[in-house]
Amino acid sequence: MYEKHLMICGATGCLSSGSNAVEEALVEELEKHGIKDKYRLVMGGCPGFCEVGPIIVVYPDEVFYCRLKPKDMSELVEKHLVGGEIVERLLYKGPDVDAPARFYDTIPFYAKQKFNVLRNSGIVDPESIDEYIMRGGYRAFTRALNLDPAAVCEEVKQAGLRGRGGAGFSTGLKWEFTNKAPGDKKYVVCNADEGDPGAFMDRSILEGDPHSILEGMLICGHAVGASEGYIYCRAEYPLAIKRLRIAIEQAEEYGLLGENILGFGYNFKLHIKEGAGAFVCGEETALLASIEGKRGMPRPRPPFPAQSGLFGKPTTINNVETLANVPLILKEGGAAEFVKIGTEGSKGTKVFALAGKIRNTGLCEVPMGITIREIIYDVGGGIKGGRDFKAVQAGGPSGGCIPAEQIDLPIDYDSLNEAGAIMGSGGLVVMDERTCMVDLARYFLSFTQKESCGKCTPCREGTKRMLEILNRISEGQGTPRDLDTLDSLAASIKDSSLCGLGQTCPNPVLSTIRYFKNEYEEHINEHYCRAGVCKELFNYWIDQEKCTGCTACVRACPVDAIEGEKKEPHEIIQELCTRCGSCIEKCPQDCILITRVGSEADVSN
Amino acid sequence: MSAINIKVDGIEIEVEPGTTILQAARQLGIDIPTFCYDPELPSNGACRICVVEVEKARSLVASCVAPVAPGMVIHTESERVVSARKAVLTLMVANHPLDCITCQKTGECKLQDYCYRYGVSDSDFGGEVKELSHDDSNAFFIRDMNKCILCGVCVGKCQDVVGAGAIDFTRRGFVANVGPPYEDRIEDSTCVFCGLCIDSCPVGALTPKYLLGRGRPWEVEKTETICPYCSIGCNINLHVKDNEVIEVTPVDNNPVNRGHLCVKGKFGWDYLKSRDRLTKPLVKSNGVFVEVSWGEALGYIVDQVEEVIARYGSEALMGLCSPKSTNEESYLFQKLIRSLGTNNIDSYTRHCHAPAVDGMMEAFGSAALTNSIEELASTEAVFVIAADPAESHPIIGYRIREAVRKGADLIIADPDLIGLTDLASHYLSLKAGSETELVNAMANVILEESLQDQAFIDKRTEGFAEFEKAVADYAPQSVTEKTGLSEDEIREAARAYASANKAAIISTVGIDHAGGNEKLVLALANLALLTGNLGKESAGLYLPYGENNLQGVSDMGALPAVLTGYQHVKEKAVREKFNRAWGVEIDKKPGVSAADVFENKKKNLIKAMLILDENPVSCLGGDDSDAAALLKNLDFLVVQDIFMTETAALADVVLPAAAFAEQQGTYTNTERRVQLSYPAVEAPGEAYPGWAIIAELAGWFGLEWNYNDPGDIFAEMASLTPQYAGISYERLTEEGGLQWPCPSDNHPGTPYLYEGRFGRGLGLFTIVEGETAPVPGVGLTVKGALSDHVCQCQSLNMSKRSVISNYINANRR
Repeated sequence: MYEKHLMICGATGCLSSGSNAVEEALVEELEKHGIKDKYRLVMGGCPGFCEVGPIIVVYPDEVFYCRLKPKDMSELVEKHLVGGEIVERLLYKGPDVDAPARFYDTIPFYAKQKFNVLRNSGIVDPESIDEYIMRGGYRAFTRALNLDPAAVCEEVKQAGLRGRGGAGFSTGLKWEFTNKAPGDKKYVVCNADEGDPGAFMDRSILEGDPHSILEGMLICGHAVGASEGYIYCRAEYPLAIKRLRIAIEQAEEYGLLGENILGFGYNFKLHIKEGAGAFVCGEETALLASIEGKRGMPRPRPPFPAQSGLFGKPTTINNVETLANVPLILKEGGAAEFVKIGTEGSKGTKVFALAGKIRNTGLCEVPMGITIREIIYDVGGGIKGGRDFKAVQAGGPSGGCIPAEQIDLPIDYDSLNEAGAIMGSGGLVVMDERTCMVDLARYFLSFTQKESCGKCTPCREGTKRMLEILNRISEGQGTPRDLDTLDSLAASIKDSSLCGLGQTCPNPVLSTIRYFKNEYEEHINEHYCRAGVCKELFNYWIDQEKCTGCTACVRACPVDAIEGEKKEPHEIIQELCTRCGSCIEKCPQDCILITRVGSEADVSN
Repeated sequence: MSAINIKVDGIEIEVEPGTTILQAARQLGIDIPTFCYDPELPSNGACRICVVEVEKARSLVASCVAPVAPGMVIHTESERVVSARKAVLTLMVANHPLDCITCQKTGECKLQDYCYRYGVSDSDFGGEVKELSHDDSNAFFIRDMNKCILCGVCVGKCQDVVGAGAIDFTRRGFVANVGPPYEDRIEDSTCVFCGLCIDSCPVGALTPKYLLGRGRPWEVEKTETICPYCSIGCNINLHVKDNEVIEVTPVDNNPVNRGHLCVKGKFGWDYLKSRDRLTKPLVKSNGVFVEVSWGEALGYIVDQVEEVIARYGSEALMGLCSPKSTNEESYLFQKLIRSLGTNNIDSYTRHCHAPAVDGMMEAFGSAALTNSIEELASTEAVFVIAADPAESHPIIGYRIREAVRKGADLIIADPDLIGLTDLASHYLSLKAGSETELVNAMANVILEESLQDQAFIDKRTEGFAEFEKAVADYAPQSVTEKTGLSEDEIREAARAYASANKAAIISTVGIDHAGGNEKLVLALANLALLTGNLGKESAGLYLPYGENNLQGVSDMGALPAVLTGYQHVKEKAVREKFNRAWGVEIDKKPGVSAADVFENKKKNLIKAMLILDENPVSCLGGDDSDAAALLKNLDFLVVQDIFMTETAALADVVLPAAAFAEQQGTYTNTERRVQLSYPAVEAPGEAYPGWAIIAELAGWFGLEWNYNDPGDIFAEMASLTPQYAGISYERLTEEGGLQWPCPSDNHPGTPYLYEGRFGRGLGLFTIVEGETAPVPGVGLTVKGALSDHVCQCQSLNMSKRSVISNYINANRR
């Protein structure tokens, strides 16, 4: 019998911050005290607050420890576990709280969040089917089995669930198409390819609550008449794949997968297919080709997968997050709860990955309709370093930027589309004045060009040419005509590409030109990158009035390009400066400024 | 479903459901540009040049893949469309070497044509241009991937139609390319050099080596003719400039090979201009050949032959003709020999396809492929035994592949992993020699499980009762040891074949030079009769022959016991008909066969031999063989050929003949289709078409023949041959090939036989027991399919090892 459970975050962010070493140190400490058997350690799912990782949550005490290091473990064990006293030093502290916050309910990051999809993440042991069931798991499935398949589709439709992979198509309607398609053999496919750079929403669900996906697929299979399913998971997620395999084995053992499930005469078999490193395989027809053992290249639609999909059979393909929502809707009273959250056109919650110049980076799950302002300042804790909010990129390489003027835009599918962005998988990259919008577009385009499958001319050749132009602009070789060329190329690529990758890859370019044309023009006409990113197009300049002569920058400079004695204002030798930015990081006075090349005065904001 | 109404460029049209926008536009004569569209690869949709504007659609729509919907309004050349097409072209041009001046494709390049149409002369992106090295590794063609626009049609042909799978898309993004895996050279890949990729490439990325620099498309004259290699008889275009063939392309959309070829038809013709071609008649004098005039040569022949006949009688004369000769030549040859008083005429076909002919004659009463090649693509089950169709008859291989893609079962029974095994739903690795046992066991299973077509058996066959009794001894359990197969395997295979609504059997047991096996043919005939798979479309028994005119030469009566159309010399009425037509007295005793003579049963009988286009010395063991000895011992030997072969070297007189591309004539392919072949180039020197040589020779023998052209010969033959009676040069010119039986002028020809009755009335079940003779492996089959002329073919020779081994490797997996 365990005295306490310690949930150690083993997901992406905390792993990179060293949670493995923390866990090892914890085990060592417990063994040193000979008390390891009293405590259950679970390397579990993601609590979302990556900025303050590594994180350990203690139950039933409900204590949230963060920013942990291996050397903190001795105090944690001695003071808390043995001594029964909370270690305040290790609790959450920040400018947004007056006193150290003890648990989720007092940490501002979580205040506006609503855990639907992430309901179990960080609370259950992902490798335990029993814990999933104890938290209400598989009840929605049994309820669904007692309903007519068409009725299940209808409930999902009425609940207003829209595809969380990016397109936002009505999930219930998609299920209905497959349900109505003629044929005895049908398939359900889970798209766990999560290719957007920096996106890890699906990963957290798969690693933290794999059974929720199984349950979602089982319900879907019943609703559409499928007897077999595939989870297409990218190979870069080995832990997710491992957890899924365990989950499937456990479900089979419990008779929740296989033949005649729960005596309802329902057969469902689940396979895992690993991806092989291609962003384009997140596109549904390319994904199907990949499962079929072919090269992952998209196919023209129609026919749509609902009519002719995997191996030519009617197939429903859903995103991980979409499926994770399904048990919530199908459980008793679930649909009514679900529609209470969100906006008219976009019900429920969405998991976002907050990244960029924001104080609180990590995953957050918020109701649809929350404004950008709330996400950035309430959930995100505001812009790091106290700078001004410039824009937020929504939807990754397929999405667009939303400028500061639209900070009160509510986030839902339709409003984002109107603003020229897309919901996408939920990546939100927050930018301040030190983000160059040209460079942002260039970054996303270099990604899509490399990932373009090469099948159709506009995407394969067009992204290359757009990228070449953006490269030239960021090197100061741009011409005024380039903007027209970018516009017309982008329009052609959008209009005639074969698949979603091609059709959306010009979006970052188009939206940054739409809202930040002046930055492009500055790059082209004045050879100036005011954000201080495009290295050929700016200089660093030390404000002689503000500089206190602390020599921090002098010491930081790797090429000895800064001169200056102690207590004397320092100066940068422009001919030697490589614009690496080490000095600006170290300066405690924030007095290193961005200027035009060859200019001293006329500083940037 | 009812027809759909749409509007295209303001014109209203009604089309069938499932029609694509592109197809609808083409019906209206609207030309939407395409690169990647191919009717055999319907769901490509890659190049995006064919995009059109559809009202209310969000973005432009690729017309080649988009099905029409009721009420659709389409604009094929709106501003938005033109802008998108120009963008696609500009992007292609930006990454394409603009060397149209010397590019071989100039004048028939789609990229060039569309750039002209839309006014795209270059791009000003000024960015990177790919610089890949050319793949020059093989004897046949060059791959310049810098010109490739990645339309993917070549990949589709190679993967889906041919199945060689030598190329696919590689890499991603801007560096995406098309090529063999691991960027191997094409020579080292599984490429079988069929040329389908070259024929379908819309730009100049793939160029036949021989063609390079030899002629522009507008300088070339194209003549349609028939490929001289195997018995499929593919329709080909010979591209000629300055009396030289510089390229061969398939004829699109024909009922024999559609637009497909194999390496032999595509590349196997450079022997035509070999310097070793015979150009003058030769007479051997003191062991050395001396050039003489035609008159001298023919006169000499007549003298010598008449002397032999005077001394030994007509039975000492023999004519040996070739399954490669035209119908006209063969007809005249047997007419000549018979006019000289003997029925000693045979072709080399007897030796290899006798089992097939004899077997089918016995079971059905006539001997020819029961169904057409094209029908194979729509069958529901294919049973391949003692055959390797992908290797011996690639076109058949393609059709089987298509049938399987459409859902047909493929049952292969062979000791080796032959080509197509990768597609087989049932592969039976049986022990060589146990084929008949297997087939009998399958019949046993079919009867046991009541899968036979009893109605067909009752109405259309005889001998069933005895057959049923005999086959009862062949329960699958009882043959497991002999065949090396399990009972289940045999049952599954039998079920798969018998449960299909239409199923075909393919075997090439007849092409076996080593002495094929009539037993197996009869056993297979039993299987087809048992399941009612005869007399209907996409079913049947396919025993495709080796050489191109093997069917025709037999039809022409170049056989010892029958005249044209298999009319027997023993029948008085038949002899009388021919005597009247020819003005001679035909001997009523059947002649000796080539097998008889060359297997030494009757070796001392023949003293003089006339050999047409055939090389028994090479086929029967070389210069030291018994065959060579026999020929050397003849009093007089005449050989007509296009090269100085091993057999010609032994002759007393050698006559130079025209090759296939140099004469007009008909050939009958293995599906009984008579096709007219046109000359494209002149024969070298004093070489003449075979029919003219024989006609001239006949004149020297005092026979009064009067033929102005091959059409006259054909007409005479057709008037004497019921199966050919309705075929004429006029009809062949106007309608293309015709399949016999074609008994009258307005008969459309017969795609499949036995719809009403069998040749002998009812189909016959025969009891077949015991082992079959071992069926030879691939090598002999290939040799059977490749004629001697392959050895003279420089390109095929250079790559012969790789051609043959590629076939083997590509089709064995």
